[in-house]
Amino acid sequence: MIPRDALLAEIPRLRRYARALTADAARADDLVQDTLERALIKGRLWRPGNLRAWLLTMMHNVFVNQYHAGAALDYRAPEDLPEVAVRGRQLDGIEMRDLERALQQLSVEHREVLLLVALEDLSYEETAKVLGAPIGTVMSRLSRARERLRQVLDGQSAPDYLKVVK
Amino acid sequence: MRRPICEDDLHAWADGRLDAARRAEVEGWLAEDPARAERIAGWRRDSERLHAAFDPILDEPIPARLRAVVERKERPPMLRAAAIVAWVVVGTVVGTGLGYRLGRETSPPADALAVLPRTAAVAHAVYSPEVRHPVEVGADQQQHLVAWLSKRLGAPVHVPDLSADGFALLGGRLLPDTAGPSAQFMYEDDGGRRLTLYVSIRDDGPDTTAFRYAQEGDVGVFYWADGRFAYALSGQFKRETLLPLANAVHHQITP
Repeated sequence: MIPRDALLAEIPRLRRYARALTADAARADDLVQDTLERALIKGRLWRPGNLRAWLLTMMHNVFVNQYHAGAALDYRAPEDLPEVAVRGRQLDGIEMRDLERALQQLSVEHREVLLLVALEDLSYEETAKVLGAPIGTVMSRLSRARERLRQVLDGQSAPDYLKVVK
Repeated sequence: MRRPICEDDLHAWADGRLDAARRAEVEGWLAEDPARAERIAGWRRDSERLHAAFDPILDEPIPARLRAVVERKERPPMLRAAAIVAWVVVGTVVGTGLGYRLGRETSPPADALAVLPRTAAVAHAVYSPEVRHPVEVGADQQQHLVAWLSKRLGAPVHVPDLSADGFALLGGRLLPDTAGPSAQFMYEDDGGRRLTLYVSIRDDGPDTTAFRYAQEGDVGVFYWADGRFAYALSGQFKRETLLPLANAVHHQITP
């Protein structure tokens, strides 16, 4: 049984990861909700240890099996991502949109590795465990993810999809 | 002389996961070629951008529908205390199931001290993996922490300084115990290994006891009673690593 307090305490981290993974606030919270439901059902299997890694493993499975499998149905090209109304000089809003769009141009495998390592600060070993992949695979995905993200962000110099509103 | 620098080292550099010696080697190698230094620095900047973009989500209130998922099932909304007590019971069952028989080989004392190591080990297991909220009150507010916990425990609490042993105080939290409030102080060394000191108030049993040692899963616990307080020092360490730390704690808190 998972202590409820500990589970509640993990929600902000799960939401952050889900948001970066899906680039969609509502879908991200759907993913977190499905993960929590699954965690509670599987809670009996949990043993005191790294709750965060265990939950992230569960989220990975939910995401790959349900969300990504359905992606063919609701996949949205980067051009279709919703515009954000950005007030003048709120550069962090622009940068966030840039990043979300760039992340969506990485493959799911690359995006997951990059986010677990760079955003969630998991060790390479933990990342391998969460994704159920050999560590060598994690490292090579990380390399490709980082290079790809650099390419995409470098090519995003003109954010013409943004409208500055007063 | 030096080991060749490989791609994995570059990631570990960008992720801040190299020890000082290796970091210096990698930085020396990067300095030889501005282009490759710039490429790797870009990785690091991207990580910082990810944090800048998404970290604000951590401070958002938890949406009600997510909170409801956690709080609604099986049990009605409960007090924090009840949750922890339930958790202690689960820990006991699990521990027993795994074959840890605390106190069987030594003759179990008939006071509350008998359950202390298990309670302390469970509290250690629950809170020590926490990255963001390992403690309720951080070491930066040590005065407040001591005053608060002393007030809640109803007796002056001393927080041992283990910096000479390589452990820095992270802070503390209040925990419910069967007999009343208890406190947990958490320490961390440079390697991120954590140590917790569980302090509870006791009104029964002998005034002072010798050190006792218990192994709860992979958590080792040294525990003892001293006047009104019972102490348990827990960590995922070998007994011989934990013992000098327990001595240091004992030495500091014994008037």
